[in-house]
Amino acid sequence: MAMHSITVTVNGSREYLDVPSNLTLLQMLRDRLALTGTKNGCEAGECGACTVLVDGEPVNSCMMLAVEADGREVTTVEGLARLYGDEDQLSPLQDAFVEHNAVQCGFCTPGVLISAHALLERNPDPTGEEIREALVGNLCRCTGYLRIIEAVQAAAEKGEVSDGPVYL
Amino acid sequence: MLARPGLPSFDYVRATTADEVVRLLKEHGEAAQLAMGGTDLFVRMRDGFIRPQVVVDVKHLPGMRDVVYDGQAGLTVGAAATMNEIARHPDVKAHYPLLAEAANSVASYQLRNRATIGGNLCNGSPCADTGPATLVLEGRIVLFELGGEREVPAGEFFLGPGETALRAGELMTAIRYPIPPAGSAGRYLKLGRSKIGDLAVVSVAVLGFPDGTAPSGYRFRIALGSVAPVVLRALEAEDVLAANPPGEQVFALAAEKAVEAASPIDDVRGSAAYRSAMVRRLTRRGLWEVWDRLG
Repeated sequence: MAMHSITVTVNGSREYLDVPSNLTLLQMLRDRLALTGTKNGCEAGECGACTVLVDGEPVNSCMMLAVEADGREVTTVEGLARLYGDEDQLSPLQDAFVEHNAVQCGFCTPGVLISAHALLERNPDPTGEEIREALVGNLCRCTGYLRIIEAVQAAAEKGEVSDGPVYL
Repeated sequence: MLARPGLPSFDYVRATTADEVVRLLKEHGEAAQLAMGGTDLFVRMRDGFIRPQVVVDVKHLPGMRDVVYDGQAGLTVGAAATMNEIARHPDVKAHYPLLAEAANSVASYQLRNRATIGGNLCNGSPCADTGPATLVLEGRIVLFELGGEREVPAGEFFLGPGETALRAGELMTAIRYPIPPAGSAGRYLKLGRSKIGDLAVVSVAVLGFPDGTAPSGYRFRIALGSVAPVVLRALEAEDVLAANPPGEQVFALAAEKAVEAASPIDDVRGSAAYRSAMVRRLTRRGLWEVWDRLG
């Protein structure tokens, strides 16, 4: 099977990797880079537990090949706080999730945070409906979504903008 | 053999020219598979339905992602344009809002960043959300192979479930949409098991416009999804609407004709009887919503 030498910037760090053609971005992040925040839920692009940002846009990393990430910037949940200038603190969105009890088992949470972060970057003042639409690809079995939506609204109201560039 | 976790082995090739793609397809035959967003392909590979040895990524060919509007020629959408790119494109929103609406109804935001219109149409699924819109907008599918390019009208592209007019060794490069008729209004109604995010259980696209050549003064184009082996136009319904002035009885009759045009099946997402009933409802609703904007 063909191998590919790729360079991917992950959470601000440039990574040089040799990957087989069939390695998914999800596998690369978890197995090669030990970034286990991103989860494998369904491997079919349905649950969103594997959601990461690629060049600022949320994608299901289980449905993207590692080789396709060559030359691109990937942000995982571990890298969200960094976008707000301080990687030792939680991002305002993460703070809001803690304050509003939007986390139960936590398995969906990394993917939800990535999708919600991207939403607030492109739409800083979303309605409840817009939050639901943005999160339709992030399934949560535990919370019933209400507190997740409240947390996103609270973070939006706080209005802190990240240092990261807006890609759109 | 299921290949979880991960994908079965294959060689990935990122193609840079259309000629290269056609050569690879010729060289490898059935062992090669074209890849766009991979949102259907990878699922099928994991489940063992497709086992390519070579996966050819065609997203990066020149022009494949371009969405270009011209006031005379119409809209050209590159086959690798993603659903989100189409849904938020200012020219699509301004001049082909039905297409934007259809693209925006697909799955989730994350999947719409990867799913492409080319992949959606080439899969030939009767549920394809861009299918009904492409039919009523009378798009032409552009196919490339070593001899050059050919165009297939959307109405001739879908041949059966999973079967399209795309031949072995060919590549879809774009869809060309003509300028819509003056004064047209359109609506894509998609019914799923959930309010958003699901595959269509039934979908209806309606495009209406004033037309002096029609006895009723108006023409409507109606396309149905998920209720037949292919996405299809409900031509007898369209004839009813061209012949008789718009109104409740005429819309009800057209909706009955749409039900007759459909041949739904029972499946995990719904029964045939339910689908027939929903064709009637959605067609009537679509006609009224379009008529309200026209009248």
